[in-house]
Amino acid sequence: MKKLETDIAIVGAGPAGLSAAIHAAKSGARVTLIDENRLPGGQLFKQIHKFFGSKEHLAGIRGFDIGTQLLKEVEALGVDVMLGTLAFGVFGANSLGLVTDQRSYELTAKRIILAAGGQENYLAFAGSTLPGVMGAGAAQTIINISRVRPGKKAVMVGSGNVGLIVAYQLMQAGVEVAALIEAAPHIGGYGVHAAKISRAGVPIITSHTILSANGKDSLESVTITGVDCAFQPIAGTERQIECDTLCLAVGLNPMTELAWMAGCKFEYVALFGGHVPLHDENMKTSVDAFYVAGDICGVEEASTAMEEGHLAGIAAAESLGFIEKEKASRMKAEAREKLNMLRTGYFGQKRADFKKHMLESFACVCKENRT
Amino acid sequence: MSLLQCGYVSKEELVKCPGFPSEERMAKGAVAVIECVQEIPCNPCEYACPQKAVVVGDNITNLPVLREDLCIGCGLCIACCPGLAIFVVNKAYSETEATVEFPYEYNNIPGVGETAEAVDRKGNVVCRAKVLSVRNPPSNDHTSVIKIAIPKEYADDVRGIKRRLD
Repeated sequence: MKKLETDIAIVGAGPAGLSAAIHAAKSGARVTLIDENRLPGGQLFKQIHKFFGSKEHLAGIRGFDIGTQLLKEVEALGVDVMLGTLAFGVFGANSLGLVTDQRSYELTAKRIILAAGGQENYLAFAGSTLPGVMGAGAAQTIINISRVRPGKKAVMVGSGNVGLIVAYQLMQAGVEVAALIEAAPHIGGYGVHAAKISRAGVPIITSHTILSANGKDSLESVTITGVDCAFQPIAGTERQIECDTLCLAVGLNPMTELAWMAGCKFEYVALFGGHVPLHDENMKTSVDAFYVAGDICGVEEASTAMEEGHLAGIAAAESLGFIEKEKASRMKAEAREKLNMLRTGYFGQKRADFKKHMLESFACVCKENRT
Repeated sequence: MSLLQCGYVSKEELVKCPGFPSEERMAKGAVAVIECVQEIPCNPCEYACPQKAVVVGDNITNLPVLREDLCIGCGLCIACCPGLAIFVVNKAYSETEATVEFPYEYNNIPGVGETAEAVDRKGNVVCRAKVLSVRNPPSNDHTSVIKIAIPKEYADDVRGIKRRLD
C-alpha cells in the first residue's frame, strides 16, 4: 500500500470540509481534501435556492454559487483535492486508508478533520422498494445535478426544510407535487418555505403518514392515513393519492463511521440526528489528532457547517503552529460568534442549547479520562 | 390556524407582523408587504432597501420592521428575500384595480399584457390577473418579479399566479 503524507487531511469536500481546507491552507499547512464523490461541494451544488443568513455572510446567494466560490478558493490555495477517493478506515493514531481507482493508499496526517456529512434516513412501509420511491436528496440530485425529471407527479413525505425545499424545486423542474404529508401536527421547517409551496397549491397534510406505496412494476399511487398524537394510524382515514414519484424527507443522520473507528467519544442527541462525536470548542474530538465539522457532529445547515469548518481548520492549523495563538483566537472568536448568531431564534435556540450541552459532556468525558 | 399548522400565514399573524403596512399606508399607494412572521437568522432585506425602510438590526433573528412612511414601494427588496416572502401591493393603482408584485422562480414566465390566474396564499385561484411587467435584472439572480393588476377587492389575498405546466 503506497504511503502518503500531509499536515492536515480533511475527509469530505462539502461546505464544512471546503471551509476547513481554506483556512488550513491559508495558514501555510499542506492540506489534502478527500471526497468519495466525483464532484466536490457535497450538497451545495444541488442547492439552487437562495440561502438565509446575514448579508455579510453569503445570505441571499444560491447554494451552488457558494460552492463555486469555495471551490475556487480551495483550488487557488493549492489544496490537494482527491476526488473519487473513499476514506475506508482509520489506522494507528493518525492515518487513513484511502482507495481510489482501485488502488489503496495510507495517508498519514498530523491532523485529521472529519467532515463526512450526513445521510438520509429511510422509512420502511409496504411497497417502499418500488421504483419511483426515493430519498428527497436523491430526487434533488436527479433534478438539479442530472437535470432529469424523476416523474410527472410526486408526493413528499416530511415537512422539514429538506422536504419543503425539494418539493419547491421539483415544481421548478416541472414536476407536479400532489401533496406533502407530515406525521407531526405541525410543519417542521421554515414557514416561508412552506408558504412558497402552499402558494403553488400544494396541500400540506399534517398528522398523516404513509401506509403503502402501490403499483405493479413501479409506483402508481400511495395510501396515506391520519395518525393520532401517538403517531398511530386512525382507522377509516386512509386515502389514496395518485403519483409516480414518492420522496422521503424524514431526516438525516451523521456519517460517523470514521469517528467511531478513531475511538472518539460519542453522545446520542436526537435533535442532531443520532450519535454524534463529542468535541471541544475548537471542534477537536476526544482523540488527539481528530477534529470534526458539519453534519457529522450534528445535522444542521450548510451555513453552520461552513462556520464549524472554519473553526476546525483554524484550530487544527494553530495546533501545528501554522497560526500564532493570538491571531487564531481572534479568528476562532469570529467564527464562534457567527455560529452563535446562526443558532438563535425559534429554530436555532434548541441547537445552541444542545451544542452547549455537548461541550459540557465533552469536558466531563475528558475529566473521566484523566482520573 | 397558523403558518406552522397549515403552511400559509393567517390574517391574524399578518396583523401582528411588523413588516405588514397599515391600511392607511396601503391606501396611499405602492408599499412593501413583508410576510415574515418567524424569527429566523436572516437580513438581506435590510440591505436591499435604498430608503432604509426595512430594519432588522444587530440581532439578525429579529423580524424585519417596515417603516412604512419611508417605503416608496420600489420593490427592490422582493428578489432579495431568500424566503420569497416580500410583496409590493398598490391599492391606489386605479379606481377599480390594485397591483401586486411578487417573486416568481418557475419556468413559463408569462409575457407582459398576458392574462394569468391570480392565486391566494393557499394557491387557490381567486381572480384573473393582467401581467403589467416582468423584471429580472442580473441583480435579481434569476428571481423574476412579476407585477399584476387585479380587482381591488382581492389585493389582500392575491400573492402570486398559477404556475403553468409544460
